[in-house]
Amino acid sequence: MYSQGLIGADGRTEETPEFLERFQRRIDAEEKIEPKDEMPEGYRRTLVRQIGQHAHSEIVGMLPEGNWITRAPSLRRKAALLAKVQDEGGHGLYLYSAAETLGVSREEMTEELLSGKAKYSSIFNYPTLSWADMGTVGWLVDGAAIMNQIPLCRCSFGPYARAMIRVCKEESFHQRQGYEIVMTLAQGTPAQKAMAQDSLNRWWWPSLMMFGPHDADSQHSDQSMAWKIKRFTNDELRQKFIDATVPQAEYLGLTIPDPDLKWNEAKGGYDHGPIDWDEFWRVVKGHGPMAKDRIKARKKAWDDGAWVREAALAHAEKRRARKIAAE
Amino acid sequence: MTATTPLWEVFIRPRNGLAHKHVGSLHAADEVMALQSARDVYTRRGEGNSIWVVPSAAITASDPDQTAENFEPTADKIYRHPTFYEIPDEVGHM
Ligand SMILES: [Fe+2]
Ligand SMILES: [Fe+2]
Repeated sequence: MYSQGLIGADGRTEETPEFLERFQRRIDAEEKIEPKDEMPEGYRRTLVRQIGQHAHSEIVGMLPEGNWITRAPSLRRKAALLAKVQDEGGHGLYLYSAAETLGVSREEMTEELLSGKAKYSSIFNYPTLSWADMGTVGWLVDGAAIMNQIPLCRCSFGPYARAMIRVCKEESFHQRQGYEIVMTLAQGTPAQKAMAQDSLNRWWWPSLMMFGPHDADSQHSDQSMAWKIKRFTNDELRQKFIDATVPQAEYLGLTIPDPDLKWNEAKGGYDHGPIDWDEFWRVVKGHGPMAKDRIKARKKAWDDGAWVREAALAHAEKRRARKIAAE
Repeated sequence: MTATTPLWEVFIRPRNGLAHKHVGSLHAADEVMALQSARDVYTRRGEGNSIWVVPSAAITASDPDQTAENFEPTADKIYRHPTFYEIPDEVGHM
C-alpha cells in the first residue's frame, strides 16, 4: 500500500549540483540521513508525503477491522482482533512521529487527511462484508504490507527506517492470525468455505493494487529508488507477493480469482492477468465504496475528541499553575 | 485550530542492568498522560520495565554542521587506545 504514497510526490529540487552530489554520495555509501542533516527539499517533501500517507493508512486501516470487533465469533478471536487493531493505531503513531521530525506537525497532517488533501491506501476504501474478511485482510492486506515494509526498514531516512523496524516486528502476528481465520473457515462447513472463497474473490485484486501502478507508469519511482527511500519497484514487490501467496491459497483449497494465473518456469514466478487500473485510480481518487464513510468516521473521532484534548491541556495548565504557586 | 499538544521523547529500559534507550516520541498534554501513552504505544509486548518521558523541547542537540569539528579530532588521537602501546609478550596479558 505504501508505494501508493509516492503518487503525486514531487521530487524536484533546486539545489546546486555539488550539493545534490554530496547528498547522493552519502546515500550511496548507505549512510542514514537524520532529521537535522542537510537534505534536498525534494527528499524532505517526498518523505513527508510518503510517511504521512503511510501513517494515515495505518489509522484509517483500523476502521474496516474495527467494524467486526463486537461481532467476532469467539473471545479468542475478539482478543486477537482487538490487539491487531490496537497495533495498527500504534503503527500510525510511530509513523506520525517519524514525519514530525521533518518539520510537519501532527495537527497539519490530521487536517490534510480530514480535508481529503492527503491520501491513504486505496485498500481501506473497500468494505468488510463478512467475518471471513477479517481473515483475508490479515492474510492478504497485511501480507502485502509486509512485502512493502520489510525493505523500508533499510530506508535511507533514519526515523522512518526505525519506525518500520518496530512495525515489521508486529506485522507477522497480523498475517498469521488472519491466515488462521481463513484456514478455519476453509476447513469448516461448505458454507464457511464458500464464505472464505467469496472473501478471497473480493480482496485479491485490490491487494495486488496496493503495490501501486506498474513500473512503466510510476512517475516518481526512479528518484525514490536513487535516494534509497524505495529499494524495490512496485512490480518487483507485487511479484514477490503473488509468488508467496499462491501456494498459501492452494494449501487452503481456495482458488485465486485470476484465470490467467500460471507458473512461469522461465522466470521462476507466476504470471498474472491484467489489473483493472481504472478501478485503482477511481479508488485512489476517493471514489471507493467506503471512501466517504472512512473520512466521516475519522472526522467524527477528531471532532468528538476535541473536548478531551482541550480538557487535558486545561488540566495540565492548572496543575502547572498550582505547582508554581506552591513553590 | 486548537492549541497543539506537546511532544515528548520516550526512553525505555528493557530490563534492570541496562540503560534507558530512546524508542520514539508521542504527544500528551502532561507528564502523567505521556507516561500512560508511552506504556500503550511502546510497551505492548514486554519491551521494558521502566519508562522515562522527557519534553522534546527540553532537549538540546549538537549541530550536524559542526559534526566534523566536534567529533573528528578524536580520530587522530590514536594514543588514546591501548593498542598504541607496545608491551612485550613476556609481560603477559595486560
Ligand atoms: Fe500496520
Ligand atoms: Fe498490520
